[in-house]
Amino acid sequence: MSTTAADEHHPSGIMRWVTTTNHKDIGTLYLWFSFIMFFIGGIMALIIRTELFQPGIQFVDPQFFNSMTTMHAIIMIFGVVMPAFTGLANWLIPMMIGGTDMALPRMNNWSFWILPFAFTMMLSTLFMDGGGPAGGWTLYPPLSLQTGDALPFVIFSIHFMGMSSIMGAINVVATILNMRAPGMTLMKMPLFVWTWLITAYLLIAVMPVLAGGVTMLLTDKFFGTSFFNAAGGGDPVLFQHIFWFFGHPEVYILILPSFGVVSSIIPTFARKPLFGYSSMVYATASIAFLSFIVWAHHMFTVGMPLAGELFFMFATMLIAVPTGVKVFNWICTMWRGAMTFETPMLFSIAFIILFTIGGFSGLMLAITPADFQYHDTYFVVAHFHYVLVPGSIFAIIAAVYYWLPKWTGHMYSEFWGKTHFWLSTIFVNVTFFPMHFVGLAGMPRRIPDYALQFSDYNQIATIGAFGFGFSQLIFLGLVIATIRGGATATDRVWEDAHGLEWTLSSPPPYHSFTTPPNVEDEWNWFTREHYETVKTRS
Amino acid sequence: MKSSSNISALKLCFFAVAMFGFGYALVPLYDVLCDITGLNGKSDNVTQQQQANFEVDESRTITVEFITTLNQGMSWDFEPETTKMQVHPGKSYQASFFVKNKTNRSIVGQAIPSVAPFSAANHFIKTECFCFNNQLLEAGQSLEMPVVFVINPALPKHVKTVTLSYTYFDVSNTVNKSINNIDNT
Amino acid sequence: MKQKYLVRSVSSLLGLMTIASQNVWAEIQPYNMTEGVTEISKQVFDLHMVIYYICCVIGVLVFGAMAISIFRDRKSKGVTPAKFHESTALEFIWTALPFVILIGISIPAAKVLIAMEDTSGADMTVKVTGYQWMWRYEYIDNDIDFYSILKTPRDEIYNRAEKNENYLLEVDKELVLPTNRKIRILITSNDVLHAWWVPDLALKKDAIPGYINQVWTYIDKPGIYRGQCAELCGRDHGFMPVVARALSPEDYDAWVLEQGNKNMASSESSIESSGQKVKNIKAAINTQAALEN
Repeated sequence: MSTTAADEHHPSGIMRWVTTTNHKDIGTLYLWFSFIMFFIGGIMALIIRTELFQPGIQFVDPQFFNSMTTMHAIIMIFGVVMPAFTGLANWLIPMMIGGTDMALPRMNNWSFWILPFAFTMMLSTLFMDGGGPAGGWTLYPPLSLQTGDALPFVIFSIHFMGMSSIMGAINVVATILNMRAPGMTLMKMPLFVWTWLITAYLLIAVMPVLAGGVTMLLTDKFFGTSFFNAAGGGDPVLFQHIFWFFGHPEVYILILPSFGVVSSIIPTFARKPLFGYSSMVYATASIAFLSFIVWAHHMFTVGMPLAGELFFMFATMLIAVPTGVKVFNWICTMWRGAMTFETPMLFSIAFIILFTIGGFSGLMLAITPADFQYHDTYFVVAHFHYVLVPGSIFAIIAAVYYWLPKWTGHMYSEFWGKTHFWLSTIFVNVTFFPMHFVGLAGMPRRIPDYALQFSDYNQIATIGAFGFGFSQLIFLGLVIATIRGGATATDRVWEDAHGLEWTLSSPPPYHSFTTPPNVEDEWNWFTREHYETVKTRS
Repeated sequence: MKSSSNISALKLCFFAVAMFGFGYALVPLYDVLCDITGLNGKSDNVTQQQQANFEVDESRTITVEFITTLNQGMSWDFEPETTKMQVHPGKSYQASFFVKNKTNRSIVGQAIPSVAPFSAANHFIKTECFCFNNQLLEAGQSLEMPVVFVINPALPKHVKTVTLSYTYFDVSNTVNKSINNIDNT
Repeated sequence: MKQKYLVRSVSSLLGLMTIASQNVWAEIQPYNMTEGVTEISKQVFDLHMVIYYICCVIGVLVFGAMAISIFRDRKSKGVTPAKFHESTALEFIWTALPFVILIGISIPAAKVLIAMEDTSGADMTVKVTGYQWMWRYEYIDNDIDFYSILKTPRDEIYNRAEKNENYLLEVDKELVLPTNRKIRILITSNDVLHAWWVPDLALKKDAIPGYINQVWTYIDKPGIYRGQCAELCGRDHGFMPVVARALSPEDYDAWVLEQGNKNMASSESSIESSGQKVKNIKAAINTQAALEN
């Protein structure tokens, strides 16, 4: 399937990147931004782990330590995972649906350029009077209202990040609903597009609620309102409800695109179609729906009526069901396939195993009476790092390995890719597995110093963290090397990859699918090769 | 194709704005839910008329505990006259609290009540309370403040102890100095 | 033939792991949740272990299936990929079965939660107030009132002296509680959010300024039980431990008497008793009234 010759003229130099409305350029910008923030957030993590290497205060003041934990989380969530997935969405969605570009290209440009501005503001707060925000990324009042000069800048920065996400999400929905090539029905879309469609709705629904909540913090501090101050008839717990109403769907925003990535990669390397496509769509939609009714499981110790505790326990346990369905479907995709284990496949398999382990600790946390012992301990830290690092981050890395040859036209070095994989996987477990145990043994979160019985496992975790951090330099080197050169990649790149993006050249033209592609050809090629019967689906 | 994208975008913008409004709507929603469930000890929504119809339940004795707390920076003495009282549901009782401004400047205080357990909060009705207003105490001034309350006989059977807790906050900065003051008795 | 071999080796491996895990158990014990010293804490521990075992079983099945597939379904072995790609029956089974397992877990969990909520019939009440960065304990029935502050010397924290056994988990004045009596604990805060947590009692509740939370406990065994603040509350969040010393009822009563005597004897107690304050205020009001007349 060839593309028509497109006009390749575009501005060059810095202005190209500043003014671009091209989805490929903007995707690249998001991905590089995310990669830079990954190292910044990673350095903060290493500062945290350095202090925690041994009991005692050795390196940083406890207040600065708290600002490191706070900023590390804000950067990783809003500056790494979300922009990375948005970058993947920008690069891939138009190509996957046979469209020319995103629906709203100029808004797309603003969506990106807000981010460096917002994060410069956020990082600059570390140098302000009173230091950066140090009340946790969850910003609970009254503590967050004790932040010094930094508070308004933190809040404005969050507003900007929110606006960027909302605009990006609007663009994704408008693109998917309006720009699909003829014949690309919703149930023929790649699962990556489905997961992003659902994620985009979640973003539009909950980012504004976060904006409302942090605005209330702002007015409580500066304009005499009492949303969270009992003296004025308010309640600190109200903030927690508002925050987690955003916060829980947010964590699904952080993971659903990963599910889409893994659902793209496994079938290619198993040489089998994705098992249970419709179930995967319904499961993703169920997870998104359920994510709205479980938020208080982050607040079990706040003092809730029994009925509330029971409801949120049941609802949270329920989310395990559609998530499990997805895992089973991936395994059935592998089952009786003919697998090869290139780097994207390795990261995807590790994702399934390690994300599932994170899911197990999540199920344990859902049990309210047990949660009273786990809440605000390292058990929770272990849980969310398992679902976010070998979860979201590994999926992002897998996606980059999988599609980089398409984007650049060059193959990456499989040797270095596998090296990166094994080092990352080993060190990620060395870092986070011990945290389950120190949490169970009684170590609280967000402390710069700890009792002696927690020493050994903290030391192990720190060593793992440094190993993991330095391993990512391999990835950096590999990405740069692949952009600059390497073995030439074919159009199809991976022998059994299917989807419209693989019908384009590697690299694809600056404007692809200026003439809509023939969706049926690609669909029939795949089903003829891989389905028992040739199916035509509506 | 382009204008349909614009229409989608516009609809989604409305959705985003609506969710922002929803965030703010959560504030009164929370209060409503607290009133209904008694969550966080926010209490009483029974009318005067209904209170007049309470039947005193002599067969049941509830222990009412009185707890006082001072919030950060509130330099008053704040004590209950008695920490425990045995009461019958349906009957009206009075408890006294004492405050003294130990500093050399006038301070406006606001007491915030909280009732535990949550299941009791809706049934603990204060007909007169110093927490309804704030109090201005001059330097060194002392005050005795009554609370008149009645426990709704509909209080769940398993509840035998109810704790009424007051936290005093310094609201001098946020309140006009000329406000209500409960008379010294 | 090869498949039989594979299945056999996997099962023997699992068997070995089960046996090994018993021996590993004793070593792991300090790193597991505590069983604690109350009926509730034991029930919580049991719940924890049950859900953990269920996760282990599911994990073995799921990861086992993956392992079999990874070893068997390789292109390098020359296999042809199958073509199946959906099964409504399977989707139904692996939706319904987990659902049933979850119902199974939620019933005992709900039971424990309901038991934890019943604060009636307490023999005594202690009010706990969180401060930045210490705890304050007030015994409502006895007019005992004191702050509980971290005792670990700064020299130990800043690595100028060797750390002692209870580093960061020791306080100047412990919360003293009786065993074998139902104790009600009220929790609030003076400033920001804190959380009062004692793992051995399986008690953790947030301390919220302006609001009062309550928990109850019934301690079976005398001993010292150490916990920490469990809600980020600022710079020294990691430096405000909770230490509860449980004494037999007789020893506890003796301790209470001793505190009362101390209050009377000492003219410079750090906190004036509640009763004393009320007397002083009443006197002051009478004086005010007299002056006004």
